[in-house]
Amino acid sequence: MKTADRTEEPANALDVRGLRLRLPGTARPVLDGVDLTVAPRETVALVGESGSGKTLTSRTALGLLPPGATAEGRVLVDGEDVLTMGPDRLRALRTGRAAMVFQDPRAAVNPLRRIGDFLTEGVRLGGRTDAAEADRRAVELLDAVGLGPELLRRYPGQLSGGMLQRVMIAAALMGDPALLLADEPTTALDVTSQAEVIALLDRLRERFGTGLLFVTHDLGLAAAISDRVHVMYAGRIVESGPAEELFRRPRHPYTAALLAATPRLDAPPGRLAAIDGQPPDLRLELTGCAFAARCRYATELCREQAPAAHPVACHHPLEGSRADA
Amino acid sequence: MSTGPTPRSGLTRRPGLGRLRAVGTPLHLACLGFVALVVLAALLAPWAAPDDPNAVDLGNALAGPSADHPLGVDAAGRDTLSRLLLGARTSLLGPLGVVVFSTVAGVLVGLVAGWRGGWLDSVLSRSTELVFAFPGMLLAILIVSVQGEGLLAPVLALAIAYLPYVSRLTRSLVLAERTRPYVSAYLVQGHSAAQICLRHVLPNIAPIVLAQSTINFGYALMDLAGLSFLGLGVPALTPDWGRMVFDGQTAIQHGYPLSAILPCLLIVLTVVAFNVVGERWADRVARRAA
Amino acid sequence: MPEPVLDVRNLCRSFGTVRAVDDVSFTLPAGGSLGIVGESGSGKTTTARIVVGLDRADAGEVLVGGRAGTGRARGRTERLARAREVQMVFQDPYLSLDPRTSVEAVLRETLRLHVPGTDHARRIRELLDQVGLGGRAAEALPRQLSGGQRQRVAIARALAVQPAVLVLDEAVAALDVSVQAQVLNLLADIRERTGVGYLFITHDLGVVRCVTDEVVVMRHGRIVESGPTAQVLDDPQHAYTRLLLESVPRPGWDPDRIAAARRALEERPAGRPAP
Repeated sequence: MKTADRTEEPANALDVRGLRLRLPGTARPVLDGVDLTVAPRETVALVGESGSGKTLTSRTALGLLPPGATAEGRVLVDGEDVLTMGPDRLRALRTGRAAMVFQDPRAAVNPLRRIGDFLTEGVRLGGRTDAAEADRRAVELLDAVGLGPELLRRYPGQLSGGMLQRVMIAAALMGDPALLLADEPTTALDVTSQAEVIALLDRLRERFGTGLLFVTHDLGLAAAISDRVHVMYAGRIVESGPAEELFRRPRHPYTAALLAATPRLDAPPGRLAAIDGQPPDLRLELTGCAFAARCRYATELCREQAPAAHPVACHHPLEGSRADA
Repeated sequence: MSTGPTPRSGLTRRPGLGRLRAVGTPLHLACLGFVALVVLAALLAPWAAPDDPNAVDLGNALAGPSADHPLGVDAAGRDTLSRLLLGARTSLLGPLGVVVFSTVAGVLVGLVAGWRGGWLDSVLSRSTELVFAFPGMLLAILIVSVQGEGLLAPVLALAIAYLPYVSRLTRSLVLAERTRPYVSAYLVQGHSAAQICLRHVLPNIAPIVLAQSTINFGYALMDLAGLSFLGLGVPALTPDWGRMVFDGQTAIQHGYPLSAILPCLLIVLTVVAFNVVGERWADRVARRAA
Repeated sequence: MPEPVLDVRNLCRSFGTVRAVDDVSFTLPAGGSLGIVGESGSGKTTTARIVVGLDRADAGEVLVGGRAGTGRARGRTERLARAREVQMVFQDPYLSLDPRTSVEAVLRETLRLHVPGTDHARRIRELLDQVGLGGRAAEALPRQLSGGQRQRVAIARALAVQPAVLVLDEAVAALDVSVQAQVLNLLADIRERTGVGYLFITHDLGVVRCVTDEVVVMRHGRIVESGPTAQVLDDPQHAYTRLLLESVPRPGWDPDRIAAARRALEERPAGRPAP
């Protein structure tokens, strides 16, 4: 694969190369060489458990680094490196080319402001559009997410969680972004409204040509909606591949173990194949594969030498059909 | 009136002073040191004071600093340093009484109102708000003019005036705390409401309430000094900073400001020091809770 | 059929004009495991809170071991008796423990209240052992523990009084998949060993399939379908149950069709049985 040069061919919506993020008080990087691309009109899922670094990765694309963090590598959004941007450029990026939909819509909106204010605030402060134009766009986007213009006058408290999340999606699209980051956008919603939000994201991505990075802990959901899936563990991407393939035939033992540990509808009742132990502590140095301590296939090699990243970060990838780790 | 940085610390702060907390650590340390110094001075005053604070030496009246009187002598010929040291006792004891009484009573009212809710909450909240509407100084002046001289009356009056600050804060904290699942968990376990309040809710909200009380201490000191300056409260001969400012008025008119300015300075510094320490504490508690 | 350890009859509870729980009845056999499935606003959590006595019912009764126990317990004896019968594990392990109380103190408090004057140290070790926590965890404060470890502490606390029924309100929803599997397995082991009955409140059908014998599906405060778990999940009778099942994402999933099915169901008057 060629690296995206600013001048050559249409740039990827997101292009992360060798991202390494260090936090104060940790013995190893919290993100350790993350490579990731999202093309326009593509849905890419980033799957992992809490502490795997999936949320950090997506926030880095907006230049939202935790305090005291130092980053290496490149994070290109629409062809431009976020890590070298100044505050003004970053602000322009966040109101324009990249936007984020958060997990809990209630926590991400000021309850005292009307929906209309909330939607138009970003573009109006960006100074590129006047109030009338902003209102027109807000109505257009509310329509696109299946909501009527009368909502502009309502307050967040008067809307259900599902409706509010659709408003959040409309708000994210106000600046016509090239990249949409969705961090667990359906986790706080009911199971049946989840489908609605997903269907909507999918339609809008197609219509506006946006690249979508979908961050989730749910492998089933990731497989259901995305073109490609990256599985993260302890700050590294351990396996990447087409969604269907990865779900049916996981090659990294962690992916397989995660699938086996998920309570599923099509599995017989009874004990689950739980993964023993816990993810490695950030205060400890890591030698070798981060999953080695919990992996049933681990050998001396795994504990001593970190495996290469692509496409499966494992010394002994699983072969054959659906491995039950 | 502004509120704290997070919803969990709805501390009441007077405008202006609250902004001081933005300043960094050296100021905080200096204030902490100053508070310690004033408290120490008050404790050791009878031994540290070089002279009897009420010994009159009219021949030396309005004298400047000298070897005998390091900070000079006031218009009545009394040693300023001794009066300042012993004055620290009354000046700190008064606010202490205000804070202790308003904290204990305020926490009790707020706890009951927040936990029980319903009509009891309405009655308690409305009646404390009534006190809010009535200026504390006015209340104090009223009580003192009925009661006559003495420290108890103004302290009690101010304690009542400060009670709503504490009770309102406590009530809001208890309301937030009791919706936490751990409280439900204890209820399901069969613990009584009183046990849960005393053993779990109170210790969890205590740091925030105590931070508010520390801030209140500064305000109470200022209010009591004001009352003393008006000649209310502290009996005439008792050394007290507010009283000293009042007594020093004539000295200023004669061109010898030292005996009035020093207690003024001490009042201001002590109030600021208590505020900075309290604000800093409140911020740290708020951050830990967030 | 064994005597039901929990018998809920015609429970009703309104908040203002909203009927949060509307004529809900179910039974839990001794040592059984019953799931209550529903979305937010289905009334499942309110039902659970009434069962453990945190809320009162407007009408209907809750029989535990054949004895009535509706509404808030009055007096110490009644309160303690109720606590020994029904215990609860809450959703958020980060909020369900007092941040200032160590693991050992949490357990000691409960034991002191219910079985005063015995050797608590041994029982505490036993309980920690039962939930897979080492003795080292005993001195830890909640913030020093991971989410999974905290939930184990909450389970140990609930088990300390040896209740007949354990109500688990979304008890694994906040946990990571790998930790969730550990806790679910632990719960299965505990039921096998102690014969405690589970009332499992959840929105996750995968979890229901994994740990329950019977299931009740709730919507808008009413029970729309109930029966043995395998039967309900394999051959759902109510349109809402079918919608719930189809909403679980998997490869080849069609969100558009589910969204349409949901809208169709919303338009139908609530509570009317569907074909």
